[in-house]
Amino acid sequence: MKQMGKLAWALWFGYAFLYVPIALLIFYSFNESRLVTVWGGFSTKWYAELLQNDQLLGAAWLSLKVAAMSATASVVLGTVAGLALARFGRFRGRTLFGGMITAPLVMPEVITGLSLLLLFVALEQAIGWPDGRGMTTITIAHTTFTMAYVAVIIQSRLVSLDESLEEAAMDLGARPAKVFFVITLPIIAPAIVSGWLLAFTLSLDDVVVASFVSGPGSTTLPMVIFSSVKFGISPQINALATLMMVVVATGIFIASLVMARQERQRKRDEQMAVQGG
Amino acid sequence: MAVQPIRKPTRLEPWQDPGQKPYVRIEKVTKTFGDFVAVDEVSLSIYRGEFFALLGGSGSGKTTLLRMLAGFETPTEGKIFIDGVDMAGIPPYERPVNMMFQSYALFPHMSVEQNVAFGLKQDGVGKAEIKERVGAILDLVQLGQFGKRKPHQLSGGQRQRVALARSLVKRPKLLLLDEPLGALDKRLRERTQFELVNIQEKLGVTFIVVTHDQEEAMTMSSRIAVMNHGVIAQTGTPTEIYEYPQSRFVAEFIGSVNMFEGRVVEDQADHVLIRSEDAGCDLYINHAVAVPAGATVGVAVRPEKIALSKEPPANSDGRNVTSGIVREIAYLGDVSIYLVELKTGKTVRVTAPNVVRRTEMPITWDDEVHLSWRPFAGVVLTQ
Repeated sequence: MKQMGKLAWALWFGYAFLYVPIALLIFYSFNESRLVTVWGGFSTKWYAELLQNDQLLGAAWLSLKVAAMSATASVVLGTVAGLALARFGRFRGRTLFGGMITAPLVMPEVITGLSLLLLFVALEQAIGWPDGRGMTTITIAHTTFTMAYVAVIIQSRLVSLDESLEEAAMDLGARPAKVFFVITLPIIAPAIVSGWLLAFTLSLDDVVVASFVSGPGSTTLPMVIFSSVKFGISPQINALATLMMVVVATGIFIASLVMARQERQRKRDEQMAVQGG
Repeated sequence: MAVQPIRKPTRLEPWQDPGQKPYVRIEKVTKTFGDFVAVDEVSLSIYRGEFFALLGGSGSGKTTLLRMLAGFETPTEGKIFIDGVDMAGIPPYERPVNMMFQSYALFPHMSVEQNVAFGLKQDGVGKAEIKERVGAILDLVQLGQFGKRKPHQLSGGQRQRVALARSLVKRPKLLLLDEPLGALDKRLRERTQFELVNIQEKLGVTFIVVTHDQEEAMTMSSRIAVMNHGVIAQTGTPTEIYEYPQSRFVAEFIGSVNMFEGRVVEDQADHVLIRSEDAGCDLYINHAVAVPAGATVGVAVRPEKIALSKEPPANSDGRNVTSGIVREIAYLGDVSIYLVELKTGKTVRVTAPNVVRRTEMPITWDDEVHLSWRPFAGVVLTQ
């Protein structure tokens, strides 16, 4: 029992470390006072003010758009890259490409951001596109580094996928393109969805790369929050963060509920099959 | 090995009929992966309606050969003809061949019906016909009421039958089966062997089966090709392979065998006499062998062809008769296996049916026994 007590303490301490800051943030979003760190009584006025704040809402909307677009683009590109690495056998330089796809995962964001900024400036001078920096450049930049994550996820899913499924489809008369869309894609769909969600999240909370490649008039939410620190944080940001957290937590909760139910159903089915077979 | 072939012998076997044209012709096919030679100059002719088994251990090249027939691998050298057409450059989806995979490869996101209908859909068969043919083939494999289930809702045996139905529904002329019974337990495997043979005879499809299980190959096939290190060691009917192995490898791979070493002392048109230190007696075999007198050969004698007795056999001329001491007895119910140590030090394996009850058996441990066999029992092996 004494051992249990120690473990319980360790558990509480670990979780407190993770969640106290977030709890504090939520707590102060209901603060009456203008000062974030001084409690002035309960109020929801910051939520009301938030809905009037066009700058903050605009930045949030831009962030969501960028995240959705770059996640979609990186899923397409990442799937193609993952497919090439997992399926096209041994081609020249495969190990090199396999290593290079993971490089953006460990590259310092500052370097990624700077190199992309240089690229965009050079491109603009050379061919006139992209015209200035804004939503397009942020989306491209985010696609660049999120697609590496997606490619790794898709590749590992494909490696564990029984290749004879694709061969069986081909054997039954389906051409390779059809095999991909009718067999491979539906089976790896869960990996694609989780890749999309990961890319979406990564894009949503990136501040470093976005700071390099954004232009005037296109400020993402993390950039607004970051820069507002200089003038003192408004409790509106607490309110906004709380709202976003509620949305994300609800999404995760529903997803895990659905998955748990499917798992239970699958186990029941398997038991039924064993008994019936 | 008390295994009997399931199929009844037909009048003239196609491989003995010079007028027959082979349905599948494999001509000097070689497949290398880097430095590794998986299949080495294999030539085979397989006829319409055959149940042909490629038998071998792992790494013998049998699966590679099957995958070349399906079109998943390209021969490094040599040619494959199916129904007279050269298969070079023809992709898997255009070959008149279907394959049943070892893992079954059922599409997990489709129901049983959708799995079976998949191949017909690719051919653009009409909806009504698809429904009818899928229903008929599912009835054939006794899965009529399981059509709406997903693969993970089926037992192993049911999945195996779905895979079979899916590969048969397109009515291929040639069906390739990769270890079709490998994932089933023993009891189910025996039952499924009979089902497979029945379905094959009913539909008249040519089957080529890859297996590592010699019993499975013996019971189901019309002919067997035994493969070893990418080479075909012997091709023949199950009886030929078992009774007349052409090499030590085949003799030892199929069933169990006692191998005696010896020297040819008499070589006549109707018999050979071999002096064997191993066996401690002269071995008399009533067929001629194309080896000169004095040559060293091996003689294979199957354990069930040796008779055991406590008394020396009557009117024996001392040939094919030896004696030893019973060291081990393994009681298997229907038969017992006796390990007899000869005076020469060699251990011989003998199987004998348990005609009387175990407790009344006359021969027991450490008894001195006489071993004898008939002149036709031994097979001379030079390789």
